[in-house]
Amino acid sequence: MTNVDIERTVTVTVNGVPREATVPVRRLLSDALRHDLGLTGTHVGCEHGVCGACTVLVDGDPVRSCLMLAVQVDGRSVTTVEGLARDDNRGGQVLHPVQEAFRECHALQCGFCTPGFLITIAAGLEKRDNTVELTEEEVDDMVGGNLCRCTGYANIKKAVHHAAATMRDAG
Amino acid sequence: MTTKLFGEPVRRREDARLIVGKGRYLDDIGHSALAAAFVRSPHAHARITDIDVEGALDVEGLVAIYTYEDLHGAMAEPLPVLIPHPQLTAARTGHPLANGEVNHVGEAVVMVVATDRYIAEDAAERIVVSYEELPVVVGVDAAREAAHAVHDEIPDNVGARHHQETGDVEPALAASPHTLSFTQYIERSASMPMEGKGVHARWDADDRSLRVYSSTQASTSVRAAIAAKLELSLEKVEVVAPDVGGGFGVKIVHPWPEELLVPMAAIALGQEVKWSEDRREHFISSAHERQQRQDVTVGYDDDGRITALDVHVWHDHGAYTPYGIIVPIITATQLVGPYVIPVYRVIVESVYTNTVIVTPYRGAGRPQACYAMERTMDRIADALDLDRAVVRERNLIQPSQFPYDQHLTFQDGRPVIYDSGDYPGLLDKLRALVDWSSVEDLRAQAAARGKLLGIGMALYVEGTGPGPYEGGHVQVLGSGKVLVATGLTSQGQGHETSFAQIVASELGVPIEDVEVTTGDTRRFPYAVGTFASRAAVMSGNAIALAARGVREKALRIAADVLEVDPGDLEIDEGLVQVKGVPGTSIPLRTVAVLSNPLRYAFDEAAKQATQFTTHDDTRPPVAEGDAPGLEHRDYYSPIRSTFASGAHAAVVEIDTQTWEIDVVKYAVVHDCGNVVNPMIVEGQVHGGVAQGVAGALYERMAYDKDGQLQNASFMDFLMPYASEVPDIDIDHQQTPSPLNPLGIKGAGEAGVIPGTAAIASAIEDAVGRRIAAMPISPTELYDLMRNDDTELTEAHRRRSGTGAMA
Repeated sequence: MTNVDIERTVTVTVNGVPREATVPVRRLLSDALRHDLGLTGTHVGCEHGVCGACTVLVDGDPVRSCLMLAVQVDGRSVTTVEGLARDDNRGGQVLHPVQEAFRECHALQCGFCTPGFLITIAAGLEKRDNTVELTEEEVDDMVGGNLCRCTGYANIKKAVHHAAATMRDAG
Repeated sequence: MTTKLFGEPVRRREDARLIVGKGRYLDDIGHSALAAAFVRSPHAHARITDIDVEGALDVEGLVAIYTYEDLHGAMAEPLPVLIPHPQLTAARTGHPLANGEVNHVGEAVVMVVATDRYIAEDAAERIVVSYEELPVVVGVDAAREAAHAVHDEIPDNVGARHHQETGDVEPALAASPHTLSFTQYIERSASMPMEGKGVHARWDADDRSLRVYSSTQASTSVRAAIAAKLELSLEKVEVVAPDVGGGFGVKIVHPWPEELLVPMAAIALGQEVKWSEDRREHFISSAHERQQRQDVTVGYDDDGRITALDVHVWHDHGAYTPYGIIVPIITATQLVGPYVIPVYRVIVESVYTNTVIVTPYRGAGRPQACYAMERTMDRIADALDLDRAVVRERNLIQPSQFPYDQHLTFQDGRPVIYDSGDYPGLLDKLRALVDWSSVEDLRAQAAARGKLLGIGMALYVEGTGPGPYEGGHVQVLGSGKVLVATGLTSQGQGHETSFAQIVASELGVPIEDVEVTTGDTRRFPYAVGTFASRAAVMSGNAIALAARGVREKALRIAADVLEVDPGDLEIDEGLVQVKGVPGTSIPLRTVAVLSNPLRYAFDEAAKQATQFTTHDDTRPPVAEGDAPGLEHRDYYSPIRSTFASGAHAAVVEIDTQTWEIDVVKYAVVHDCGNVVNPMIVEGQVHGGVAQGVAGALYERMAYDKDGQLQNASFMDFLMPYASEVPDIDIDHQQTPSPLNPLGIKGAGEAGVIPGTAAIASAIEDAVGRRIAAMPISPTELYDLMRNDDTELTEAHRRRSGTGAMA
């Protein structure tokens, strides 16, 4: 066994649920989420931190889970795309406004990059004062760090506006 | 009537799972599978002298190592030449694992299987392969010069000479009032889907059957290839394309080495095996497209009308030719575009280089074709001091000329006969949409800000929906659910929605009751694949025909029950009813139950069809020539392709300090016949345009002279983010195809085709220098501007007195 195979037990809150996984210390967070915890909604598009498909929230901030080791989230809180919708307490789910907006605005085609966009935009919109009109610069900032090969981005930008409007109307 | 959804912007059904992380892509399957990793060649051209696996053997978790020596029978043979052609006289393909020689960086040499991917890669890096390096051929010009050969027995590097002509071009050129000639280049890019390729295989040793999941655009043919190569009976192999994270052409190629090796290992090891391509592997071992050198000579009259066109293309097809010469044939035959070309000759020499193979990437030879034709139009306009739009207008095929025979043979072996179109209509709409006549005002405004502004346009005709066929199966269940299947795969285009719209409209059922399955050989074993903008045309029409078959049968059964004439019946909202007589009806789900005479009642609905419930004992329960079940299978096989068309215009603004090129306006006029779902078609246009702009300004495969790909990562290969893609103005025109029942033409590739041509034209218009190599970066534009030898345009000479250019 080489030192990279040394295993550690990681305790992490994922989508509000305490989880534990015993992983080799070199295991990427993206791989741990997907293969150890079975949360395959987080996708891996480049494994070098450029495409953003693997973006998750760690303690509320977007991070590239392919650039982080699973052991680094020990004791922390992670949100993946599976955690964006909330339970409606009747056995169903209420989608996040960004998820609704993506469907309404046709902001996805193959859907592979979509979880990274959803996570990044949701975090961006939730951090801002939604009573203030969303500017194009803010939209560009929210979508500007993720790659999509299908949509040409126009409908993704439209979806950001749509979601912001929903969040504003919801107060 | 609420079920007529054809033509409506119905929101996509597949999104429900994709936006909550419940998609099922290849790497989401098989968590307990063993993982494969590959040792790939670090050299572009070399002989393998030794493979030493000793160092890998003590890696804990290693399961197996395979080299060429471990391949037997058909697996040891070269990979298939998928599309043979009589002019592909020197076809070469690789082996699943290199057989003594490698011909590009990234070629698979050794496969390692281990308990997980990390360990497989640990073992792979401990395997030492010794090479004897050979001379390397990179780029189309080096291949032409043939100082070295990629394959020893092909000393001139020419795999195919493809030649088509519609008349005697040399006398026609000699008789032309004017001629001009030029040479231009276009570079490589790649499909680059966000999800790479991937394969998962599971062997059931008891049943002796194999299930393979592959991120492919052609699951039925992958199945046939696996059966042939692994020498299995076809019915023991099933192949499923799960959710596919984009394809854009690269996943139509098959069988990829991994699609054979992973199942081979699964069978040998009796365990699930999976391989999921990483991004670097995708760059160096999948496929690229687009590099060509084009020599063009054109004859024309004083009005700018073309009299003769002679084109010689050198097409770089990379190290091997598994996909034949489809890409250069498409270039050769789509080059004539929407124009009347009285005499046309094209010669394509398709050449080997020590680089990744070249196979279709969205557009598939058409962006190059459009670049050749449209830049020819620009040159004629420049030489005659005519408006570029006017020159195009004078050469357009008129609406009265359809069907229009270009007297060429297309990629499907069928004649290039344009079925319908309105090209002057496209041009008029484009001029209005982009405000073509305003360019001099815009140029002056930009000049006042210290910027250079230019405008360009490009038109295209795209052969879409080639055969040979696709099929569809529609079945109504006793629950009322309507199951639809086609063997053709999806890669994000929304087929589950578009096909459901077609069935809902044809059959008269709520779309919520329709479930569509694509690309699963268990559900539909006969198919060709998703490529060449053919899914809606081919599977869409096949599914429509299948739905019509179900409708006819449903009306026949319902007419019996209701004791009326089938012609008096209609189906709406899943109810078969007598037209104009509300209340006289029978639910379609009941018709489905009645269509299958039963002995056993397994639920309440089934009771209605059991033998003591039905009373007509004068006929057999299943009539002669009939079959149980409310289902129908049908196929659509077109006589030839249907031809979509479009026109794009770009306005660019160039900063004279940084030479950054900003596309400030991009206009698209698009005609793909009848549209199933305008929201989806517009999405296809957006995505295509993004790739068109990318190919014009950002993306290229930067090979060095040793055949090393210098930018094999998303850090260095400039795939556009949102910040690089311009806003797009779209106008539509609908000229239905007379060839197919739904009147539709393909839409998937159109957006990408004219980007390079239109943007090259706009940059040339802005700077007054010839743009003859694309893509172009700010650095290259700067170098071009500084170089005293750069050819000036005639327009620039005419304009220079105005001081627009210093």
